[in-house]
Amino acid sequence: MQTKRIELSGWGRFPSTRQEVARPERYAGLRPAGNMFNLGRGMGRSYGDAALCNDGVVILTERVNRLLDFDAETGLLHAEAGVTLEDILRVFLPRGWFLPVTPGTRYVTLGGCLASDVHGKNHHHAGSFSNHVEAFELLTTTGERLHVTPENNPEAFWATAGGMGLTGMIGEIWLKLQRIESAWMQVRHYTGENLDALFGLMADDTLDDDYSVAWIDCLARGDQMGRGVLMTAHHAAAWSLDKKHKPFAQPGRVQRALPFDLPGGLLNRLSVSAFNAIYYRRQARRDEYHDHLLHYFYPLDSIGHWNRMYGRRGFIQHQCVIPEDNALDGIKALLSVLQHYGLASFLAVLKRFGAGGSGHLSFPMPGYTLAVDLPISGDAACRVAADLNAVVLEHGGRVYLAKDACLAPDEFRAMYPRYPEWLDIKRQLDPDGYMRSDLGVRLRIGEP
Amino acid sequence: MSEPKLQRVLVIGATSGIARALSAVLAEAGYGLMLAGRDAGELERIAQDLRLRHAVDVETVNMDLDEPRHSLLVIDTCAQGGLYGVVIAAGYLGEQARANTDESEMLRVLNINYAAPAAMLNRLARHFEQTGEGFIIGVGSVAGDRGRQSNYHYGAAKGALALYLQGLRNRLQPAGVPVLTVKPGFVDTAMTWGLPGMFLVASPEDVARGIYRALRRRRNVVYLPWFWRWIMLIIRSVPEFVFKRLKL
Ligand SMILES: Cc1cc2nc3c(=O)[nH]c(=O)nc-3n(C[C@H](O)[C@H](O)[C@H](O)COP(=O)(O)OP(=O)(O)OC[C@H]3O[C@@H](n4cnc5c(N)ncnc54)[C@H](O)[C@@H]3O)c2cc1C
Repeated sequence: MQTKRIELSGWGRFPSTRQEVARPERYAGLRPAGNMFNLGRGMGRSYGDAALCNDGVVILTERVNRLLDFDAETGLLHAEAGVTLEDILRVFLPRGWFLPVTPGTRYVTLGGCLASDVHGKNHHHAGSFSNHVEAFELLTTTGERLHVTPENNPEAFWATAGGMGLTGMIGEIWLKLQRIESAWMQVRHYTGENLDALFGLMADDTLDDDYSVAWIDCLARGDQMGRGVLMTAHHAAAWSLDKKHKPFAQPGRVQRALPFDLPGGLLNRLSVSAFNAIYYRRQARRDEYHDHLLHYFYPLDSIGHWNRMYGRRGFIQHQCVIPEDNALDGIKALLSVLQHYGLASFLAVLKRFGAGGSGHLSFPMPGYTLAVDLPISGDAACRVAADLNAVVLEHGGRVYLAKDACLAPDEFRAMYPRYPEWLDIKRQLDPDGYMRSDLGVRLRIGEP
Repeated sequence: MSEPKLQRVLVIGATSGIARALSAVLAEAGYGLMLAGRDAGELERIAQDLRLRHAVDVETVNMDLDEPRHSLLVIDTCAQGGLYGVVIAAGYLGEQARANTDESEMLRVLNINYAAPAAMLNRLARHFEQTGEGFIIGVGSVAGDRGRQSNYHYGAAKGALALYLQGLRNRLQPAGVPVLTVKPGFVDTAMTWGLPGMFLVASPEDVARGIYRALRRRRNVVYLPWFWRWIMLIIRSVPEFVFKRLKL
């Protein structure tokens, strides 16, 4: 395996290390080695250390990205793990097909989405990514090529969905796309003047829609704490479009990349609070409108390298879920921690989760999930994260591994009670523990 | 080249990084493709991907340049089935150190990079003279512009291919069939990945777009990216008595 040593990090740019990477161009090269540590990596859009393997070789999947088959009757797509959601949208959106579940960026691979069992704004209706995967091929460190379905091998299926790449390399995936009538979203906004009001809106079934997400101004204090805007949407039916919205029109394209790192201090309390206030007022004013789905689902994708916004030393994003019953209290407590540290967060996103994923280590569970950027670097961010994690634990929730860089081994075990079950299967699929990531080492995954 | 639709192009060495990117550019332009190479599984993956993305006809055919007789038979069949263009993208860098002591490795380098491609073009030259349309693209290398101790087996073969293409261009001029010689510098493919001393590495996609642009403009020889033309001009003009002392 020809390898190369490069500087590598997750999307949050913390931690960052020099390590060996390989980049196979043929399917046969995707096989993990059974005599050294290795790990698959997609677009590196996980934030922390999930796609790093300091003492082994990271296998990049970017060139193993062929579309292999598509059934236009059923929407079943068969593709290699390195195919990105962007690839899929470019080919299939004009033909009237969309992803069943999508994260907030389209620059992620199928392999990365399955390994993290990602969720979208429709989790409360559609579940997570793995719920739409019919099968995948798992390449193991013992040299096996397993065709895995939830029926023929539920253990391997549910240990790999959400298994953070630690069961083997995902080689190919069969994913069911959904039919849509247009590339437009019918969007509605509702304002909640504080967290209780926002929760009321989110729990109100009459306001609910296929997709829903709330944005919180986490700097608002006192009576206004947790004020925010609930945004709900569904795919617009073709008949509902007016003349200026062609069903499968391309959105106006503004691709801008942040060309360099912003100086760390630019995003301070003042600038962010000004931004939040303006955003709150602007979003709150809008009632119902049509938005192109590429804008709706991927607002940040039009700014390449936006992670540079936080400066060279990187940042972390903290995302957790709190079970339904404790959610209101838990999220208030989380906001208090952020305010205690005087942290300005550009993005505080609140979503509702439906039934939990079946993956042993899948993140979603019924409840509410909050994601915030911690716009401070590395270790300082981890100190804040530790306080947030304590709140999460206290309220029976868990932290999302695809974004984590700070969790401790015992916290992980408390948050993911099905870990022992998962570990049994991991040991069958990868008996010598050659699939390994920095996240796994940090959380002592592999040990009881 | 005004009506590319339904025209079929044969790509030899189709699993290589440059060939894969160029096939995508040709498919997007509406050409049908015949992908030839050794690794049947990979060829089919690439073919299927191109069919799904670009809705063009793509066929695959097994061809091993180390099996010249069989390869020539394949070429005849392709030509009979109608062939508008041909791309020779097969390449084998080999190991210079091994080739220095092992002639079978050296002959393999010469064969895959020069002898076999030339033999195939030889077989196709008549076809193109008769049809009087289409194009030929041969992928050489900047390594063929000057012999250096670190890779002169590969360089000699690529240099010979360039010279062959020059002659063929001359021969096909009356038939009106352009012959394009491509000389890529370092391209970010499996051939260069992880090798020390790589600089100014271009993406295969950029190189493929450059090749297609040069083809449409009926260029004879194109360096890609463009600045390699100037780098090679300088390297070629270093006098031999100096050059032979350099550790390159
Ligand atoms: C702007 C932004 C918005 C986001 N929004 C959401 C969201 O709404 N919901 C959500 O759930 N997530 C979200 N994420 C997180 C992101 O979707 C996940 O981290 C996703 O897994 C990244 O995919 P990737 O291809 O970049 O994988 P990487 O980050 O490269 O890898 C992620 C994990 O997958 C494993 N992996 C990758 N490929 C393979 C393979 N072929 N075989 C085995 N294992 C593999 C890696 O080992 C690693 O553990 C967001 C991220 C960003 C940057």
